[in-house]
Amino acid sequence: MADTIFQVSDLRVDVPDMTRKPLFGAAPRLEILKGVSFDIARGTVLGIVGGSGSGKTTLGRTLVRLVEPSAGRLLFDGQDITHLSDADMRALRPRIQMIFQDPMSSLNPRLTVGRTIAAPLGAGAGDPRVKAALEQVGLPAAFARRYPHELSGGQRQRVGIARAIAMRPDFILADEIVSGLDVSSQAQVLMLLEQLVVELGLTLVFISHDLSVIRRLCSRVIVLRSGEIVEDAATADLFERPQHAYTRELLDAIPIPDPSVRW
Amino acid sequence: MSGFLEIRGLSARLAGTGQRLLRSVDISLPAGSVRGLVGESGAGKSMIGKAVLGVLPKAVEIVEGEILLDEQDLLKVPPAERRRLIGAKAALIPQDPLTALNPSRRIGPQITDRLVDILGWEKARAASRALEVLVEVSIPEPERVMRLYPHELSGGMRQRILIASAFAAEPKLIVADEPTTALDVTVQKQILKLISQLQARHGTALLFVTHDLGVVSKVCDTLSVLYAGKVVEDTTVQRFFAAPQHPYSQALLAATPRHTDPAASLQPVPQAVIDAAMAEVAADDAAWRPQGGAHG
Repeated sequence: MADTIFQVSDLRVDVPDMTRKPLFGAAPRLEILKGVSFDIARGTVLGIVGGSGSGKTTLGRTLVRLVEPSAGRLLFDGQDITHLSDADMRALRPRIQMIFQDPMSSLNPRLTVGRTIAAPLGAGAGDPRVKAALEQVGLPAAFARRYPHELSGGQRQRVGIARAIAMRPDFILADEIVSGLDVSSQAQVLMLLEQLVVELGLTLVFISHDLSVIRRLCSRVIVLRSGEIVEDAATADLFERPQHAYTRELLDAIPIPDPSVRW
Repeated sequence: MSGFLEIRGLSARLAGTGQRLLRSVDISLPAGSVRGLVGESGAGKSMIGKAVLGVLPKAVEIVEGEILLDEQDLLKVPPAERRRLIGAKAALIPQDPLTALNPSRRIGPQITDRLVDILGWEKARAASRALEVLVEVSIPEPERVMRLYPHELSGGMRQRILIASAFAAEPKLIVADEPTTALDVTVQKQILKLISQLQARHGTALLFVTHDLGVVSKVCDTLSVLYAGKVVEDTTVQRFFAAPQHPYSQALLAATPRHTDPAASLQPVPQAVIDAAMAEVAADDAAWRPQGGAHG
């Protein structure tokens, strides 16, 4: 039990389908997650893959309780957080951090990098933890005085990572954090994550629609389709012996940069 | 042999600051072939596409060079004539199908408008052509889809409609600007196969702007690798993927994800390679003397 950080059992999320709501009466429910179950071992990197509308982002947001499950059970470090109130969640927030897809819209354009990283710490931009976090993500301390618009996409994403790790979390959720980046920054950010996971003993969930970036980073992968897990396997097994037809379809669709590989 | 599209020594700069954006770009695209324009954001790949279609932002000025479309220099003809030429011979497949379609108008007129207003077709002819191309891009129930609004269709369907629209007037050249970046990997594959099929069937020349070397290896015949507005490598797809020549191209290929060989992919571009490429660009600029005046 001690080495399991998240236990997810029969997790369901549904929302009212307002496009089919009758004028009077309740809207029918639209099922986003249809009962997913899995555990996350401490100190591992779990990949969640699926197409658009598969529910991967909802699953991630439910794990960090930005979304409340409709049914099922969610344990974080042995504690039931399925229906924990916002106030009670707040005590856990420092331990559960998130890095978002679009660093331009998840960083406040009016705050310097230093203040952005310091805000969740409840400290000032001069706090030594800000400098340490910048250092850990490979940015010079002088970046604390810059604004998001002065940075490149890869640098902004590093700031997002710095803000998350400054809290010394146990768990980080990274939702499509490299899909907006150029390949060269993509490689840098992935290597940085790889290194931070080891150095800080983090548990990471990495959500992506692109299986090709998952292989290096993740030890285990969950493939999601229409709110259901279709495959849950060790990364090497998934890539070499995909069991489900949908996984094979996802793998076959990746354009491997080699004209001699049939596509 | 000269290509259907010939770009020669094209240089562009930012009007205000004089910063050079395109650096003596040469690109040759024979009729019916596909060239990839590859590079990272800011490398100028989209700008070349925009220059060809005559839709550069006002702040960008072309300093020198030629853009020959079917042997006519687009930069030497008056604007009205240029628009007519480009409208008749070229088309665009844009990146984002949601912003490229007008949300408040039905699909049908959005395809036929261009044929009627710019090319002067009869309405009935335009409508029947629109149906024809919708069938060609495998849109089910095309008559019904013509009456729908963009929000009623999925991203993949919207992209099919823009492809149909691009091919509607039988252009000899299509510029595709990152046409699948916003799509899922499985939909991307369908859309790319569709573009390749139509391109081959109609013998269209295709300028394919992308940041994804994987995509280039599947749909292009030749490619130009851009760095800071300069073509650093111009070669065939076969040669490039067997042995890229320029150090920057090599680094770009090593950075591209390749799940079949994880150890040899996703490698960050070494700083030394970037420094060398920057130095190359700076040396280029120092030696550059634009025709007809000093540069800013």
